[in-house]
Amino acid sequence: MSLAMTGALRVLEHNLVVYRRTWKGSVFMSFVSPILFMAAMGFGLGGLISRGPVRTVDGLSYLAFLAPGLLVATAMQSGYVETTFPIMARIQWERTYEGMLATPLRVLDVLAGEFGWLALRLGLGSVAFFLVMLVFGTVHSGLGILAIFVSVLTGLAFAAPILAWTATRRTTNSFALIGRFLITPLFLLGGVFFPIHQLPQLIQGIAWLTPLAHGVSLARSLSVGALQSSAFIHLAVLLFYASAGIVVARITLRRRLVT
Amino acid sequence: MATPTTGTDALIHARGLTKRFANLTAVDAIDFDVERGEAFGFLGPNGAGKTSTMRMIGCVSRASGGSLRVLGLDPVEDGPRIRARLGVVPQSDTLDTELLVDENLFTYARYFGIARNEARRRAEQLLDFVQLRDRAHDRVEFLSGGMKRRLTIARALVNEPELLLLDEPTTGLDPQARHLVWDRLYRLKQQGVTIVLTTHYMDEAEQLCDRLVVMDKAKIVAFGSPRSLIDKYSSREVLELRFPIDATPALDKLNGLAQRIEVLPDRVLLYTNDGEAAAVAVHSRGLRPEAILVRRSTLEDVFLRLTGRSLIE
Repeated sequence: MSLAMTGALRVLEHNLVVYRRTWKGSVFMSFVSPILFMAAMGFGLGGLISRGPVRTVDGLSYLAFLAPGLLVATAMQSGYVETTFPIMARIQWERTYEGMLATPLRVLDVLAGEFGWLALRLGLGSVAFFLVMLVFGTVHSGLGILAIFVSVLTGLAFAAPILAWTATRRTTNSFALIGRFLITPLFLLGGVFFPIHQLPQLIQGIAWLTPLAHGVSLARSLSVGALQSSAFIHLAVLLFYASAGIVVARITLRRRLVT
Repeated sequence: MATPTTGTDALIHARGLTKRFANLTAVDAIDFDVERGEAFGFLGPNGAGKTSTMRMIGCVSRASGGSLRVLGLDPVEDGPRIRARLGVVPQSDTLDTELLVDENLFTYARYFGIARNEARRRAEQLLDFVQLRDRAHDRVEFLSGGMKRRLTIARALVNEPELLLLDEPTTGLDPQARHLVWDRLYRLKQQGVTIVLTTHYMDEAEQLCDRLVVMDKAKIVAFGSPRSLIDKYSSREVLELRFPIDATPALDKLNGLAQRIEVLPDRVLLYTNDGEAAAVAVHSRGLRPEAILVRRSTLEDVFLRLTGRSLIE
């Protein structure tokens, strides 16, 4: 095993030891949240739609349309939550990273371990969500299982650039702004609750610049089993944001910690 | 100013070592060598460049100039290899408050690639060493400051380091906790661990250090053993005379009573080899201070002489 991998695994092991104390609550929540959303939006709102003049959204029951979008949007929110305050704590308040870097570990090991761990966490959350989707009968294709990976990748596409940003901050002021002006608007307008093509052109354009719209679109087509060639563009955008974020995070975190 | 070298066996070898930040020179071309088995101190006021020097030795900060070898290796090229053989006690504890006391040691051992069973064994052994065994399963946040410091020291020992770096190991601790830390450091030194520490406590430097350098404004201003520094920059004894405020006698009344005389707002310090004799002489000149104290000269006198009395922030 390469040196980089072993270092990352040691950081990941640290997070696992921390997680041992909190996993029960975390696993519980990763089921509760999707069940609540699916029940409220699917049965409540979806019930209204199915009795209305349109009946379906893009040819799907509202619940089947909504579920893959919510899956991906939940990963986006986790990616944001996990890379703001918790990372700030490890950089500045608890200075966990300073402790780690006094050992043979390098900045790259720390980052690889954190993103590896985050991928695992996003994976667990997405699997839980996917199980709820199966129970609600919204997965129409065997390809749907791949939506789990799309969800993880979308989470990382947000987590990596946000972590890169967090590493440059001395205060937490901007974290709420990211939530208010990026995460929440995307959640509402990024194609989760209704098709993006209903939005004005300008806002459509903006939505397609962000990873969420691509993640949602890809997950939805997998869930329905109607994959199109645009799938590669969606995948490329997600990979771009995740990998560019990691490259920049390596620079900003090193600049912060190795001075 | 260079410290004397005794060959190429030095664990740390620095020549012209410099650290510059944007518009500040934190360390300005300093030379020093740390030999295997000794306890070496960096003494200086806040902002003198001690921590910057320690961070360069610890391979988490790159020198802006000069040369530095640690354990015979280059900190820029061989950072991970050097750090594998170092123990670091940073100025702030950097303990993992999300983990229990013993988990802190266990996960830290794992960063060094120490096998799990061995990591558990060392964690137990080290908790004994720093007298924290009964707190093994407590949360770190419930430990006192002194306990956290001891845990940080235990953590720095988990890889059985050849060289232990301590940045202000006892700042903020109560006297009992300080003495316990000193006792453990002394034992480590006897076991052959080379110790490098920074401090602004003179008694700490006198207790622990075989040799030290005094840093001020990014430069080394003096070096030697605590005793030799006292001999060189101070006198054997100090006579302290306390007068009522604004009733300090004119300096000429004290002329010739000591090698050096320092007048402070409320006190006069006479640096002399015989404090008692000086006290008698003061009395015979008709001076009547409120209080008289004869004490041994300490590193503090050296320090204040070299770095000045004005408050440095």
